[in-house]
Amino acid sequence: MRALDRKLVRDLSRLRGQVIAIALVVASGVAVLVMSLSSIEALEDTAAAYYERYRFAEVFANVKRAPEKLAERIAEIDGVQTVETRIVEFATLDVEGFEEPVTGQLVSIPERRESVLNRLALRAGRLVAPGHPDEVVLSEPFAGAHGLGPGDRLRATVNGRKRTLDIVGIALSPEYVYAIGPGQLMPDDKRFGILWIGREALEAAFDLEGAFNAVSLSLLRGTSAPEAIARLDRLLDRYGGIGAYERADQLSNWFLMNEIKQLKSITSILPAIFLIVAAFLSNMVLARLIATERGEIGLMKAFGYGNAEVGWHYTKMVIVITGIGVLLGWAAGAWLGRFNTEIYAELYRFPFLFFRPGPAVFAVAGLVSLAAALLGSLGAVRRAVRLPPAEAMRPPAPPLYRRTGVSARWLDQPTRIVLRQLLRWPLRSFLTATGIAMAVAVLVTSMQWLDSIDRIVDVYFHEAQRQDVTVGLTESRSREVTRDFARMPGVQAVEPGRIVSVTFRAGPRSHRGAIQGVVPKPQLSLVYDVSGVSLRVPSSGLLLSTMLARKLGVGRGDLVWVEVLEGRRPVLQVPVARLFETYIGMPAYMSLAALDRLLLESPRVDYVHLLVDRTAEPALFADLKALPAVSSVTLLRAAVDTFNETMAETLMIYVSFFVVFACILAFGVVYNSVRIALSERGRELATLRVLGFGHAEIAYILLGEVALIVFCALPLGCLVGYALAWFMTTGFETELFRVPLVVQPSTYGWAVAIGLTAALTSAYLVRQRLGRLDLIAVLKTRE
Amino acid sequence: MTAPQPKSSGRTEDRVALSARGLTKVYRTGEVEVHALRGLDLDLRESELVVLLGPSASGKSTLLNILGGLDTPTSGQVSFRGVELSAHDEAAQTRYRRDHVGFVFQFYNLIPSLTALENVSLVTEIARAPMAPADALALVRLSDRLDHFPAQLSGGEQQRVAIARAIAKQPDILLCDEPTGALDSETGILVLEAIEKVNRELGTTTALITHNRMIADMADRVFCFGDGRIVDTWTNERRRPAHELEW
Repeated sequence: MRALDRKLVRDLSRLRGQVIAIALVVASGVAVLVMSLSSIEALEDTAAAYYERYRFAEVFANVKRAPEKLAERIAEIDGVQTVETRIVEFATLDVEGFEEPVTGQLVSIPERRESVLNRLALRAGRLVAPGHPDEVVLSEPFAGAHGLGPGDRLRATVNGRKRTLDIVGIALSPEYVYAIGPGQLMPDDKRFGILWIGREALEAAFDLEGAFNAVSLSLLRGTSAPEAIARLDRLLDRYGGIGAYERADQLSNWFLMNEIKQLKSITSILPAIFLIVAAFLSNMVLARLIATERGEIGLMKAFGYGNAEVGWHYTKMVIVITGIGVLLGWAAGAWLGRFNTEIYAELYRFPFLFFRPGPAVFAVAGLVSLAAALLGSLGAVRRAVRLPPAEAMRPPAPPLYRRTGVSARWLDQPTRIVLRQLLRWPLRSFLTATGIAMAVAVLVTSMQWLDSIDRIVDVYFHEAQRQDVTVGLTESRSREVTRDFARMPGVQAVEPGRIVSVTFRAGPRSHRGAIQGVVPKPQLSLVYDVSGVSLRVPSSGLLLSTMLARKLGVGRGDLVWVEVLEGRRPVLQVPVARLFETYIGMPAYMSLAALDRLLLESPRVDYVHLLVDRTAEPALFADLKALPAVSSVTLLRAAVDTFNETMAETLMIYVSFFVVFACILAFGVVYNSVRIALSERGRELATLRVLGFGHAEIAYILLGEVALIVFCALPLGCLVGYALAWFMTTGFETELFRVPLVVQPSTYGWAVAIGLTAALTSAYLVRQRLGRLDLIAVLKTRE
Repeated sequence: MTAPQPKSSGRTEDRVALSARGLTKVYRTGEVEVHALRGLDLDLRESELVVLLGPSASGKSTLLNILGGLDTPTSGQVSFRGVELSAHDEAAQTRYRRDHVGFVFQFYNLIPSLTALENVSLVTEIARAPMAPADALALVRLSDRLDHFPAQLSGGEQQRVAIARAIAKQPDILLCDEPTGALDSETGILVLEAIEKVNRELGTTTALITHNRMIADMADRVFCFGDGRIVDTWTNERRRPAHELEW
């Protein structure tokens, strides 16, 4: 090993505290990026492979009842590759030991062959046998939530008839990656499950012999889906079709893609901020580190080393330090990425997981970090190398200070030293403050997510919804049923609602969604603007969420074409009466009366919201389970719990990683700043010790400066954190979620507390070193 | 302990200010032992000015460090006015330096962020019975440079500020390690004049390290060092004033 390389190794070992701190800062940036990008990549790869392997259909359509023969005509549509007809219905389930009614979605599977589309990934047991109408395959999450398995039984009310079903298998399906019940936002595996039953058994149960009520298609490559959909719609029209839709609009896939997109939004911004902050910090720290090597650089040049050799020596030092960080970051990032992906795979119930992050992710993270570190240090190396050796070996001339501002008589000398030091190098003080501020800012930005989600939950579940239970009906009923519900046990108030599938069109833009019919002055489920206003529903016209209005490019007073996808399928122009802001979804409302007029129907109802006396709930649930007209029962309480649980399992864990990395960042910056200040000022402090100053007094001079910088940095960090949060929430917008910019005082408090802890820990570590200052060396030599 | 009264002459007295007995100092670096001091006895009398003369690595700096409470001997004792300096009590050593010792370094070691006056105030603020910082600077003839920062002062001026800083607390002992080592002869003489003046006017017991034989002439007594021992000692009949020195 060459002498210079040996020096490098020893220098690194001498500076190990700082080397580790810088490497950790670099590692944080790299790990966050690798973690985020690799888990997205894995999610996308897994979803794609799952869809492909289990032949997830590309076009879906529901009808009231269509003859099986129609399947042949559907297969003749240009570009259609495969057709699978099915029966899909709802049933109320009664799970032993679970008080609340459970909604089951019944999906038919062929009894004598395997499905050609939407195949099941069998996890346990077997598929149903022909001629056994009570055999059923259960979706794995639902089975898991209730501890059910092959051999167990389940009671169900199927089309008004009580049945006992035998569970023979447990499976997953690409169609129900994100299995959500009617009116739910998050999968609630206790209250919603999929049951696959033999086709013939379902035909018999729903009087659909020789007929189907759902069809899915796969298309030949290069086929235009909208064209195929249009032709399919024409075929299904007379059988009560409510409009075919593409895979992109399929509920499970739509949620999954939205989640991935949401994850991408977070990951495109937060890690970028992290990487930039980490790069900035390593840059700053390395530049100062090399500046303290001035004497050694002079010495090396005096020995006859050329500028290039000296420059390369320090460049290697930077590469090694950054390299340690990059390697650490890669390892931590890949591990966390896998961990993260597993969490998501758990939520989405993939039967397998593809975690094979490509080299690009690692390369980008590594190169950005290395480049930033090199850029930062090269300036310092160049400055050091440019000095003639003799001058470099002499201590730098005492810097010129000015008296400005800090000559007040009441200031003692140590305080003057602190203040003049800050003012003499305002840029350096500013950069250090900025570094600490950035660490605090990243903390604020990361933790702000939790505040935002709290706010979303508050608005969506607590402010806008006041019902306890929402009961969905198997098909729309006369509004008279409202009174029947009012008479049920414990019911204190009833509010009827309608939901109608429609396609909105405005010029070239369209959106397939639904209009909800609500009473003029809702008391339970409000038409709620996030500003805290509950809207009255006008007697005519549409209330559009701003996100939907933006998608359609319309505003208040504009006309929107509404194509109703059920019943008589009227197409009408409806004015937009008012817009309102939501955080979740893209709802559209109309008054019940106006919707009836639009549909050319008598007053009907699809669901009712109930306000319930909690003590009477068991009786109510028992009654609801027995009602054949009931297709789903949703408890608001349960929905909130599910939402919070899901968030705790996914986003919270994700955010907590960011918080941990931000802590490392904060510590790395503060420790390095203090440690370098110590190397720069060791001689001065030792002189003071010789002059009779005690440990505490010199610690005041060194740490006082850092404390002042930290105190300026903390509020600055909160400010920058707010700005970053604003930037991120603005950039974060999906059809499913908008994230409000909410930063609770406690979030600032935590960020500041963590920043302070990092500062105090660093101060403590450096304070220990002050005890070991060499008082004798200071008398003779310099640096 | 009280500060001694200023004396009007540099005449030596018989009272001993600092006494060292049987001092040894062994540095261990790996397997090599370096004997910096090999059983050294020495008395510094009140108000005298001594010069410690010798080549480098002869042990004079080690002795000065031990006398000043910066370092501890491997064996032997140091007493200040009859009280033994405890080698193991760091706080006591800090107090000893703070209350009784003034240091002048070869490289001045001024705090660059403080003016001349403030550098002196730095010490007077923690001293028990200091003189006014401006008076200390007047003593080294720097009354017109009070508000200059170190970067605005010449080397000789910086060293004189360092002397003012060392004597402003009215120390009992002034220890100077090669105070002229970084200066040309003309400036060096100005600095020596300041030290001489402090010794003469304040009666501060002064020990001055140098390898420059000419400077020995300004001392009351001279100790010659060689290989960790005092190899020669003599008393000057007449102290030569600093301004008469030449090298």
